[in-house]
Amino acid sequence: MRLLNALTLIILLTYKAMCGHECVAIASDNRLGINQQQTTAIDFQKIFQIHPRLFLAMSGLASDMHTLKATFEFKHKLYELRENRVMEPKTFASVVSTTLYEKRFGPYYVEPVIAGLDKASKPYITGMDLIGAAAPTENFVVAGNNSESLFGVCESMYKENLEPEELFEVISQCLLSGSGRDCLSGWGGTVYVITKDGVEVKSVKGRMD
Amino acid sequence: MQDPDAFDLGGFEFSASSHNAKEGGFTSKLATKTGTTISGVIYADGVVLGADTRSTNGETVADKNCEKIHYIAPNIYCCGAGTAADTEAVTGTYYVYFSIFQLILILKGMVSSALFLHRKSTLRESRVVSAQSILKSHLFKYQGHVGAALVLGGFDIHGPQLFTVYPHGSSDCLPYATMGSGSLAAMSIFESDYKDGMSEDEAKLLVARSIRAGIFNDLGSGSNIDLCVLSRAGTKYLRNFEIPQERTYIRAEGYKFKTGTTVINKRNFQTATSTTTEPKKIL
Repeated sequence: MRLLNALTLIILLTYKAMCGHECVAIASDNRLGINQQQTTAIDFQKIFQIHPRLFLAMSGLASDMHTLKATFEFKHKLYELRENRVMEPKTFASVVSTTLYEKRFGPYYVEPVIAGLDKASKPYITGMDLIGAAAPTENFVVAGNNSESLFGVCESMYKENLEPEELFEVISQCLLSGSGRDCLSGWGGTVYVITKDGVEVKSVKGRMD
Repeated sequence: MQDPDAFDLGGFEFSASSHNAKEGGFTSKLATKTGTTISGVIYADGVVLGADTRSTNGETVADKNCEKIHYIAPNIYCCGAGTAADTEAVTGTYYVYFSIFQLILILKGMVSSALFLHRKSTLRESRVVSAQSILKSHLFKYQGHVGAALVLGGFDIHGPQLFTVYPHGSSDCLPYATMGSGSLAAMSIFESDYKDGMSEDEAKLLVARSIRAGIFNDLGSGSNIDLCVLSRAGTKYLRNFEIPQERTYIRAEGYKFKTGTTVINKRNFQTATSTTTEPKKIL
Protein backbone atom coordinates (compact mmCIF):
# COMPACT_ATOMS: atom_id res chain seq x y z
CA MET A 1 0.00 0.00 0.00
CA ARG A 2 1.35 3.35 -0.93
CA LEU A 3 1.30 6.42 1.23
CA LEU A 4 -1.37 8.59 -0.32
CA ASN A 5 -0.30 11.75 1.42
CA ALA A 6 2.99 11.52 -0.44
CA LEU A 7 1.06 12.72 -3.47
CA THR A 8 0.99 16.24 -2.17
CA LEU A 9 4.76 16.37 -2.10
CA ILE A 10 5.70 18.13 -5.27
CA ILE A 11 9.13 19.22 -6.17
CA LEU A 12 9.16 22.51 -7.85
CA LEU A 13 12.37 23.05 -9.48
CA THR A 14 14.15 23.92 -12.56
CA TYR A 15 17.02 22.01 -13.84
CA LYS A 16 18.78 21.40 -17.04
CA ALA A 17 21.71 19.82 -18.80
CA MET A 18 24.07 21.33 -21.32
CA CYS A 19 26.73 19.98 -23.63
CA GLY A 20 30.20 21.50 -24.04
CA HIS A 21 33.56 20.47 -25.45
CA GLU A 22 34.06 16.95 -24.07
CA CYS A 23 32.19 18.08 -21.01
CA VAL A 24 28.61 18.18 -19.87
CA ALA A 25 26.93 20.06 -17.06
CA ILE A 26 23.74 19.43 -15.16
CA ALA A 27 22.16 21.80 -12.67
CA SER A 28 19.12 22.08 -10.46
CA ASP A 29 17.71 24.33 -7.79
CA ASN A 30 17.40 23.09 -4.21
CA ARG A 31 13.81 23.75 -3.21
CA LEU A 32 11.09 21.25 -2.34
CA GLY A 33 7.54 22.45 -1.74
CA ILE A 34 4.28 20.99 -0.52
CA ASN A 35 1.13 22.17 -2.26
CA GLN A 36 3.29 24.38 -4.45
CA GLN A 37 3.48 27.37 -2.12
CA GLN A 38 4.84 25.96 1.13
CA THR A 39 8.58 25.38 1.23
CA THR A 40 9.45 22.15 3.03
CA ALA A 41 13.08 21.61 2.16
CA ILE A 42 15.82 23.86 0.89
CA ASP A 43 18.48 21.21 0.36
CA PHE A 44 16.51 18.71 -1.67
CA GLN A 45 18.58 16.55 -3.97
CA LYS A 46 17.23 16.27 -7.51
CA ILE A 47 20.38 15.14 -9.31
CA PHE A 48 21.59 11.59 -8.76
CA GLN A 49 24.91 10.12 -9.71
CA ILE A 50 24.45 6.76 -11.40
CA HIS A 51 28.14 6.13 -12.07
CA PRO A 52 31.17 8.47 -12.14
CA ARG A 53 30.30 9.76 -15.64
CA LEU A 54 26.52 9.53 -15.63
CA PHE A 55 23.89 11.63 -13.90
CA LEU A 56 20.13 11.48 -13.71
CA ALA A 57 18.05 14.48 -12.69
CA MET A 58 14.34 14.33 -12.04
CA SER A 59 11.59 16.81 -11.36
CA GLY A 60 8.06 16.05 -10.29
CA LEU A 61 6.55 14.09 -7.46
CA ALA A 62 9.13 13.55 -4.69
CA SER A 63 7.94 10.06 -3.72
CA ASP A 64 8.07 8.85 -7.32
CA MET A 65 11.55 10.35 -7.69
CA HIS A 66 12.81 8.32 -4.76
CA THR A 67 11.14 5.16 -6.03
CA LEU A 68 12.69 5.63 -9.45
CA LYS A 69 16.11 6.52 -8.07
CA ALA A 70 16.15 3.22 -6.18
CA THR A 71 14.87 1.32 -9.23
CA PHE A 72 17.51 2.75 -11.55
CA GLU A 73 20.34 2.22 -9.08
CA PHE A 74 19.21 -1.39 -8.76
CA LYS A 75 18.99 -1.90 -12.52
CA HIS A 76 22.35 -0.22 -13.06
CA LYS A 77 24.08 -2.39 -10.45
CA LEU A 78 22.65 -5.56 -11.97
CA TYR A 79 23.83 -4.46 -15.43
CA GLU A 80 27.35 -3.83 -14.15
CA LEU A 81 27.46 -7.22 -12.43
CA ARG A 82 26.07 -9.09 -15.43
CA GLU A 83 27.98 -7.31 -18.20
CA ASN A 84 31.11 -6.30 -16.26
CA ARG A 85 31.39 -2.98 -18.07
CA VAL A 86 30.35 0.62 -17.62
CA MET A 87 26.85 1.47 -18.76
CA GLU A 88 26.71 3.92 -21.66
CA PRO A 89 24.46 6.96 -21.22
CA LYS A 90 22.40 5.87 -24.26
CA THR A 91 21.81 2.47 -22.73
CA PHE A 92 20.79 4.05 -19.46
CA ALA A 93 18.39 6.32 -21.33
CA SER A 94 16.75 3.21 -22.83
CA VAL A 95 16.42 1.72 -19.35
CA VAL A 96 14.74 4.88 -18.06
CA SER A 97 12.48 5.12 -21.07
CA THR A 98 11.23 1.53 -20.91
CA THR A 99 10.80 1.67 -17.13
CA LEU A 100 8.59 4.74 -17.47
CA TYR A 101 6.64 3.36 -20.44
CA GLU A 102 5.82 0.21 -18.52
CA LYS A 103 3.52 2.44 -16.49
CA ARG A 104 2.00 4.12 -19.53
CA PHE A 105 -1.51 4.16 -18.06
CA GLY A 106 -0.61 4.92 -14.44
CA PRO A 107 2.60 6.86 -14.77
CA TYR A 108 5.28 8.02 -12.37
CA TYR A 109 4.99 11.78 -12.17
CA VAL A 110 8.55 12.67 -13.02
CA GLU A 111 10.34 14.35 -15.85
CA PRO A 112 13.85 12.93 -16.08
CA VAL A 113 16.95 14.38 -17.69
CA ILE A 114 20.02 12.26 -18.31
CA ALA A 115 23.51 13.69 -18.77
CA GLY A 116 26.78 11.85 -19.12
CA LEU A 117 29.96 11.17 -21.01
CA ASP A 118 30.24 7.98 -23.03
CA LYS A 119 33.28 5.76 -23.51
CA ALA A 120 34.83 8.18 -26.02
CA SER A 121 34.19 11.14 -23.64
CA LYS A 122 31.45 12.36 -25.97
CA PRO A 123 28.70 14.24 -24.15
CA TYR A 124 25.21 12.78 -24.22
CA ILE A 125 22.11 14.51 -22.89
CA THR A 126 18.47 13.65 -23.23
CA GLY A 127 15.21 14.84 -21.80
CA MET A 128 12.13 12.70 -21.43
CA ASP A 129 8.46 13.11 -20.63
CA LEU A 130 6.69 11.22 -17.83
CA ILE A 131 5.93 8.19 -19.99
CA GLY A 132 9.40 7.85 -21.47
CA ALA A 133 9.40 9.64 -24.82
CA ALA A 134 13.11 10.40 -25.17
CA ALA A 135 14.33 13.50 -27.00
CA PRO A 136 18.12 13.40 -27.25
CA THR A 137 19.66 16.72 -28.27
CA GLU A 138 23.10 18.13 -28.88
CA ASN A 139 22.87 21.42 -27.01
CA PHE A 140 20.62 21.76 -23.98
CA VAL A 141 17.66 20.18 -22.24
CA VAL A 142 15.40 21.86 -19.73
CA ALA A 143 12.68 20.35 -17.59
CA GLY A 144 10.62 21.06 -14.55
CA ASN A 145 8.36 23.70 -13.31
CA ASN A 146 9.42 26.79 -15.16
CA SER A 147 10.86 25.27 -18.30
CA GLU A 148 9.52 28.06 -20.55
CA SER A 149 11.72 30.74 -19.02
CA LEU A 150 14.68 28.36 -18.93
CA PHE A 151 14.19 27.70 -22.65
CA GLY A 152 14.45 31.44 -23.22
CA VAL A 153 17.72 32.03 -21.41
CA CYS A 154 19.31 28.85 -22.73
CA GLU A 155 18.45 29.72 -26.35
CA SER A 156 20.40 32.96 -26.09
CA MET A 157 23.19 32.12 -23.64
CA TYR A 158 24.18 28.67 -24.88
CA LYS A 159 27.16 28.42 -27.22
CA GLU A 160 28.76 25.39 -28.84
CA ASN A 161 32.06 23.92 -27.63
CA LEU A 162 32.24 25.63 -24.27
CA GLU A 163 35.15 24.75 -22.03
CA PRO A 164 34.30 23.41 -18.55
CA GLU A 165 34.81 26.70 -16.66
CA GLU A 166 32.75 28.66 -19.15
CA LEU A 167 30.08 25.96 -19.31
CA PHE A 168 29.72 26.22 -15.54
CA GLU A 169 29.18 29.99 -15.73
CA VAL A 170 26.66 29.67 -18.56
CA ILE A 171 24.58 26.92 -16.97
CA SER A 172 24.63 28.65 -13.57
CA GLN A 173 23.56 31.99 -14.99
CA CYS A 174 20.81 30.28 -17.02
CA LEU A 175 19.59 28.50 -13.91
CA LEU A 176 19.65 31.62 -11.75
CA SER A 177 17.98 33.93 -14.23
CA GLY A 178 15.48 31.27 -15.35
CA SER A 179 14.43 30.31 -11.85
CA GLY A 180 14.40 33.99 -10.86
CA ARG A 181 11.13 34.21 -12.80
CA ASP A 182 9.58 31.33 -10.87
CA CYS A 183 8.14 31.67 -7.37
CA LEU A 184 8.30 27.96 -6.84
CA SER A 185 12.00 27.35 -7.40
CA GLY A 186 15.07 28.81 -5.78
CA TRP A 187 17.17 28.52 -2.62
CA GLY A 188 20.35 28.27 -4.62
CA GLY A 189 21.42 25.57 -7.03
CA THR A 190 23.67 22.58 -7.40
CA VAL A 191 25.78 22.35 -10.53
CA TYR A 192 27.76 19.35 -11.75
CA VAL A 193 30.33 19.72 -14.49
CA ILE A 194 31.40 16.34 -15.84
CA THR A 195 34.70 16.11 -17.72
CA LYS A 196 36.89 13.15 -18.55
CA ASP A 197 39.16 14.03 -15.62
CA GLY A 198 36.42 14.11 -13.03
CA VAL A 199 33.27 15.69 -11.77
CA GLU A 200 33.11 19.15 -10.24
CA VAL A 201 30.24 19.82 -7.86
CA LYS A 202 29.45 23.39 -6.98
CA SER A 203 26.79 24.79 -4.75
CA VAL A 204 25.63 28.05 -6.25
CA LYS A 205 24.31 30.97 -4.26
CA GLY A 206 20.81 32.12 -5.20
CA ARG A 207 17.67 33.90 -4.05
CA MET A 208 16.27 32.52 -0.79
CA ASP A 209 12.60 33.46 -0.90
CA MET B 1 3.24 -7.47 -2.77
CA GLN B 2 3.68 -7.70 -6.50
CA ASP B 3 2.72 -11.11 -7.81
CA PRO B 4 6.01 -12.55 -9.11
CA ASP B 5 4.23 -14.04 -12.14
CA ALA B 6 3.06 -10.59 -13.18
CA PHE B 7 6.51 -9.96 -14.67
CA ASP B 8 6.11 -12.87 -17.06
CA LEU B 9 2.85 -11.62 -18.51
CA GLY B 10 4.36 -8.59 -20.24
CA GLY B 11 2.32 -5.54 -21.16
CA PHE B 12 1.59 -2.50 -19.08
CA GLU B 13 1.61 -2.03 -15.31
CA PHE B 14 -1.47 -0.44 -13.75
CA SER B 15 -0.53 -0.56 -10.05
CA ALA B 16 -0.22 3.22 -9.69
CA SER B 17 -3.43 4.07 -11.58
CA SER B 18 -5.83 3.90 -8.63
CA HIS B 19 -3.79 6.06 -6.30
CA ASN B 20 -2.98 8.51 -9.06
CA ALA B 21 -6.76 8.90 -9.62
CA LYS B 22 -7.39 9.61 -5.94
CA GLU B 23 -6.43 12.95 -4.44
CA GLY B 24 -7.57 14.60 -7.65
CA GLY B 25 -4.37 13.49 -9.31
CA PHE B 26 -1.21 15.37 -10.07
CA THR B 27 -1.92 17.21 -13.24
CA SER B 28 1.03 19.48 -13.97
CA LYS B 29 2.89 16.89 -16.03
CA LEU B 30 1.79 16.41 -19.61
CA ALA B 31 2.92 13.76 -22.03
CA THR B 32 4.79 15.07 -25.05
CA LYS B 33 2.72 14.96 -28.20
CA THR B 34 3.80 15.30 -31.73
CA GLY B 35 1.29 17.66 -33.30
CA THR B 36 2.55 16.55 -36.61
CA THR B 37 2.54 16.47 -40.35
CA ILE B 38 3.59 13.10 -41.73
CA SER B 39 3.02 11.79 -45.23
CA GLY B 40 4.09 9.21 -47.74
CA VAL B 41 3.72 8.49 -51.43
CA ILE B 42 4.34 5.55 -53.75
CA TYR B 43 6.34 6.31 -56.89
CA ALA B 44 7.49 4.19 -59.84
CA ASP B 45 10.06 2.09 -57.94
CA GLY B 46 9.57 2.76 -54.26
CA VAL B 47 8.08 4.76 -51.43
CA VAL B 48 8.97 8.18 -50.04
CA LEU B 49 8.06 8.98 -46.42
CA GLY B 50 8.20 12.48 -44.98
CA ALA B 51 7.82 14.18 -41.61
CA ASP B 52 8.28 17.52 -39.90
CA THR B 53 10.49 17.74 -36.81
CA ARG B 54 8.53 19.62 -34.15
CA SER B 55 7.48 18.01 -30.89
CA THR B 56 5.18 19.92 -28.57
CA ASN B 57 4.29 19.94 -24.89
CA GLY B 58 1.04 21.89 -24.59
CA GLU B 59 1.73 25.01 -26.59
CA THR B 60 5.49 24.93 -25.97
CA VAL B 61 7.83 23.52 -28.59
CA ALA B 62 9.56 20.73 -26.64
CA ASP B 63 12.03 19.79 -29.39
CA LYS B 64 12.76 21.73 -32.57
CA ASN B 65 14.48 18.91 -34.37
CA CYS B 66 13.08 15.55 -33.30
CA GLU B 67 12.97 12.42 -35.46
CA LYS B 68 9.54 11.18 -36.44
CA ILE B 69 10.53 8.64 -39.07
CA HIS B 70 11.20 5.48 -37.10
CA TYR B 71 13.16 2.40 -38.03
CA ILE B 72 11.16 -0.82 -38.34
CA ALA B 73 13.41 -2.99 -40.53
CA PRO B 74 16.15 -2.18 -43.04
CA ASN B 75 13.49 -2.06 -45.78
CA ILE B 76 10.61 -0.68 -43.70
CA TYR B 77 10.25 2.67 -41.94
CA CYS B 78 7.31 4.27 -40.18
CA CYS B 79 6.27 7.88 -39.51
CA GLY B 80 4.58 8.48 -36.17
CA ALA B 81 2.09 11.09 -34.99
CA GLY B 82 0.27 11.37 -31.68
CA THR B 83 1.68 10.66 -28.23
CA ALA B 84 5.46 10.65 -28.63
CA ALA B 85 6.12 7.81 -26.18
CA ASP B 86 3.53 5.60 -27.89
CA THR B 87 4.89 6.11 -31.39
CA GLU B 88 8.42 5.41 -30.15
CA ALA B 89 7.46 2.33 -28.14
CA VAL B 90 5.25 0.84 -30.81
CA THR B 91 7.62 1.27 -33.78
CA GLY B 92 11.33 1.24 -33.07
CA THR B 93 14.72 2.85 -32.84
CA TYR B 94 18.12 1.28 -32.95
CA TYR B 95 21.65 2.15 -31.90
CA VAL B 96 24.78 0.44 -33.09
CA TYR B 97 27.91 0.44 -30.97
CA PHE B 98 31.37 -0.72 -31.85
CA SER B 99 33.07 -1.93 -28.72
CA ILE B 100 36.62 -3.33 -28.79
CA PHE B 101 35.48 -6.89 -29.20
CA GLN B 102 32.12 -6.83 -30.83
CA LEU B 103 29.39 -4.94 -32.54
CA ILE B 104 26.54 -4.23 -30.20
CA LEU B 105 23.07 -3.56 -31.52
CA ILE B 106 20.44 -2.12 -29.24
CA LEU B 107 16.92 -2.41 -30.59
CA LYS B 108 14.05 -0.68 -28.92
CA GLY B 109 10.40 -0.81 -29.92
CA MET B 110 7.80 -3.50 -30.35
CA VAL B 111 7.58 -4.03 -34.11
CA SER B 112 11.26 -3.56 -34.92
CA SER B 113 12.21 -6.14 -32.29
CA ALA B 114 9.56 -8.61 -33.44
CA LEU B 115 10.59 -8.32 -37.07
CA PHE B 116 14.28 -8.58 -36.16
CA LEU B 117 13.69 -11.93 -34.45
CA HIS B 118 11.43 -13.05 -37.29
CA ARG B 119 14.17 -12.30 -39.84
CA LYS B 120 16.74 -14.22 -37.80
CA SER B 121 14.40 -17.20 -37.64
CA THR B 122 13.17 -17.26 -41.23
CA LEU B 123 16.25 -15.78 -42.94
CA ARG B 124 13.98 -13.75 -45.19
CA GLU B 125 13.45 -10.06 -45.64
CA SER B 126 10.64 -8.59 -43.51
CA ARG B 127 7.34 -7.76 -45.20
CA VAL B 128 5.42 -4.56 -44.71
CA VAL B 129 2.15 -6.41 -44.01
CA SER B 130 3.80 -8.15 -41.04
CA ALA B 131 4.56 -4.77 -39.49
CA GLN B 132 1.08 -3.55 -40.36
CA SER B 133 -0.72 -6.48 -38.76
CA ILE B 134 1.38 -6.39 -35.56
CA LEU B 135 0.73 -2.66 -35.26
CA LYS B 136 -3.00 -2.79 -35.84
CA SER B 137 -3.65 -5.74 -33.56
CA HIS B 138 -1.72 -3.99 -30.76
CA LEU B 139 -3.51 -0.68 -31.30
CA PHE B 140 -6.93 -2.33 -31.56
CA LYS B 141 -6.29 -4.23 -28.32
CA TYR B 142 -5.79 -0.91 -26.51
CA GLN B 143 -8.92 0.66 -28.06
CA GLY B 144 -7.24 3.94 -29.00
CA HIS B 145 -5.60 4.55 -25.62
CA VAL B 146 -2.19 3.86 -27.17
CA GLY B 147 -2.26 7.04 -29.19
CA ALA B 148 -0.17 6.28 -32.24
CA ALA B 149 -1.21 7.42 -35.72
CA LEU B 150 1.19 5.98 -38.25
CA VAL B 151 2.21 6.11 -41.88
CA LEU B 152 3.99 2.87 -42.63
CA GLY B 153 6.04 2.44 -45.79
CA GLY B 154 8.42 -0.14 -47.15
CA PHE B 155 9.70 -2.14 -50.07
CA ASP B 156 9.42 -5.93 -50.00
CA ILE B 157 8.92 -8.81 -52.48
CA HIS B 158 5.52 -7.37 -53.38
CA GLY B 159 7.12 -4.04 -54.31
CA PRO B 160 6.50 -0.66 -52.72
CA GLN B 161 3.79 -0.57 -50.03
CA LEU B 162 2.21 2.27 -48.11
CA PHE B 163 -0.24 2.01 -45.21
CA THR B 164 -1.81 4.33 -42.70
CA VAL B 165 -2.65 2.91 -39.28
CA TYR B 166 -5.06 4.77 -37.01
CA PRO B 167 -4.88 4.79 -33.17
CA HIS B 168 -7.98 2.56 -32.90
CA GLY B 169 -6.45 -0.10 -35.13
CA SER B 170 -7.99 0.49 -38.53
CA SER B 171 -5.74 0.80 -41.54
CA ASP B 172 -5.71 1.85 -45.17
CA CYS B 173 -3.54 0.84 -48.09
CA LEU B 174 -3.08 3.88 -50.31
CA PRO B 175 -0.89 5.34 -53.06
CA TYR B 176 -0.51 8.54 -51.03
CA ALA B 177 -1.20 9.07 -47.33
CA THR B 178 -1.03 11.75 -44.65
CA MET B 179 -1.49 11.76 -40.88
CA GLY B 180 -1.29 14.08 -37.90
CA SER B 181 -2.69 17.53 -37.21
CA GLY B 182 -1.24 18.82 -40.49
CA SER B 183 -2.71 15.97 -42.52
CA LEU B 184 -5.31 18.14 -44.24
CA ALA B 185 -2.72 20.65 -45.42
CA ALA B 186 -0.49 17.85 -46.66
CA MET B 187 -3.36 16.01 -48.34
CA SER B 188 -4.31 19.13 -50.28
CA ILE B 189 -0.93 18.98 -52.02
CA PHE B 190 -1.29 15.30 -52.86
CA GLU B 191 -4.87 15.71 -54.07
CA SER B 192 -3.87 18.39 -56.53
CA ASP B 193 -0.49 17.14 -57.74
CA TYR B 194 -0.21 13.36 -57.27
CA LYS B 195 0.24 11.30 -60.39
CA ASP B 196 0.96 7.61 -60.97
CA GLY B 197 4.49 6.45 -61.77
CA MET B 198 6.48 9.47 -60.64
CA SER B 199 10.28 9.47 -60.59
CA GLU B 200 12.17 9.42 -57.29
CA ASP B 201 13.02 13.12 -57.50
CA GLU B 202 9.44 14.07 -58.32
CA ALA B 203 8.18 12.01 -55.39
CA LYS B 204 10.72 13.50 -52.98
CA LEU B 205 9.78 17.02 -53.97
CA LEU B 206 6.05 16.28 -53.73
CA VAL B 207 6.40 14.81 -50.22
CA ALA B 208 8.65 17.69 -49.13
CA ARG B 209 6.05 20.11 -50.47
CA SER B 210 3.24 18.36 -48.57
CA ILE B 211 5.25 18.55 -45.32
CA ARG B 212 6.01 22.19 -46.01
CA ALA B 213 2.26 22.81 -46.33
CA GLY B 214 1.86 21.32 -42.86
CA ILE B 215 4.78 23.27 -41.39
CA PHE B 216 3.44 26.61 -42.59
CA ASN B 217 -0.32 26.08 -42.17
CA ASP B 218 -0.57 23.94 -39.05
CA LEU B 219 0.67 25.36 -35.76
CA GLY B 220 1.41 21.93 -34.30
CA SER B 221 3.92 21.21 -37.07
CA GLY B 222 7.13 23.05 -37.75
CA SER B 223 10.91 23.23 -38.18
CA ASN B 224 12.58 20.92 -40.68
CA ILE B 225 11.66 18.25 -43.19
CA ASP B 226 12.93 14.67 -42.89
CA LEU B 227 12.53 12.24 -45.78
CA CYS B 228 13.06 8.53 -46.18
CA VAL B 229 13.26 6.83 -49.57
CA LEU B 230 12.69 3.07 -49.68
CA SER B 231 13.22 1.22 -52.94
CA ARG B 232 14.73 -1.91 -54.44
CA ALA B 233 18.09 -0.12 -54.45
CA GLY B 234 17.95 0.24 -50.65
CA THR B 235 16.97 2.80 -48.06
CA LYS B 236 18.03 6.43 -47.92
CA TYR B 237 17.27 8.33 -44.71
CA LEU B 238 17.49 12.04 -45.56
CA ARG B 239 17.62 13.75 -42.17
CA ASN B 240 16.87 17.49 -42.46
CA PHE B 241 16.31 17.30 -46.22
CA GLU B 242 15.01 20.85 -46.08
CA ILE B 243 15.49 23.49 -43.39
CA PRO B 244 12.84 26.06 -44.30
CA GLN B 245 12.77 27.78 -40.91
CA GLU B 246 16.37 28.43 -40.00
CA ARG B 247 17.01 30.53 -36.90
CA THR B 248 17.45 34.08 -38.17
CA TYR B 249 19.79 35.57 -35.59
CA ILE B 250 22.34 34.19 -33.19
CA ARG B 251 24.61 36.67 -31.44
CA ALA B 252 27.93 35.90 -33.09
CA GLU B 253 30.12 36.52 -30.06
CA GLY B 254 27.62 34.88 -27.70
CA TYR B 255 27.40 35.89 -24.08
CA LYS B 256 30.67 35.89 -22.19
CA PHE B 257 30.84 35.35 -18.46
CA LYS B 258 34.14 35.92 -16.69
CA THR B 259 35.20 33.02 -14.52
CA GLY B 260 33.90 33.79 -11.06
CA THR B 261 30.69 35.54 -12.17
CA THR B 262 28.57 33.02 -10.31
CA VAL B 263 28.89 33.14 -6.52
CA ILE B 264 29.76 29.73 -5.13
CA ASN B 265 29.02 28.52 -1.62
CA LYS B 266 30.87 25.21 -1.68
CA ARG B 267 32.73 23.12 -4.20
CA ASN B 268 34.26 19.71 -4.56
CA PHE B 269 36.13 17.82 -7.25
CA GLN B 270 35.73 14.09 -7.73
CA THR B 271 38.59 12.50 -9.65
CA ALA B 272 38.18 9.80 -12.25
CA THR B 273 39.26 7.08 -9.82
CA SER B 274 36.91 7.95 -7.02
CA THR B 275 33.88 5.70 -6.75
CA THR B 276 30.25 6.76 -6.79
CA THR B 277 29.49 8.78 -3.69
CA GLU B 278 26.42 10.66 -2.63
CA PRO B 279 27.06 14.14 -4.04
CA LYS B 280 25.59 15.67 -0.89
CA LYS B 281 28.37 14.23 1.22
CA ILE B 282 31.05 15.70 -0.97
CA LEU B 283 29.73 19.20 -0.65
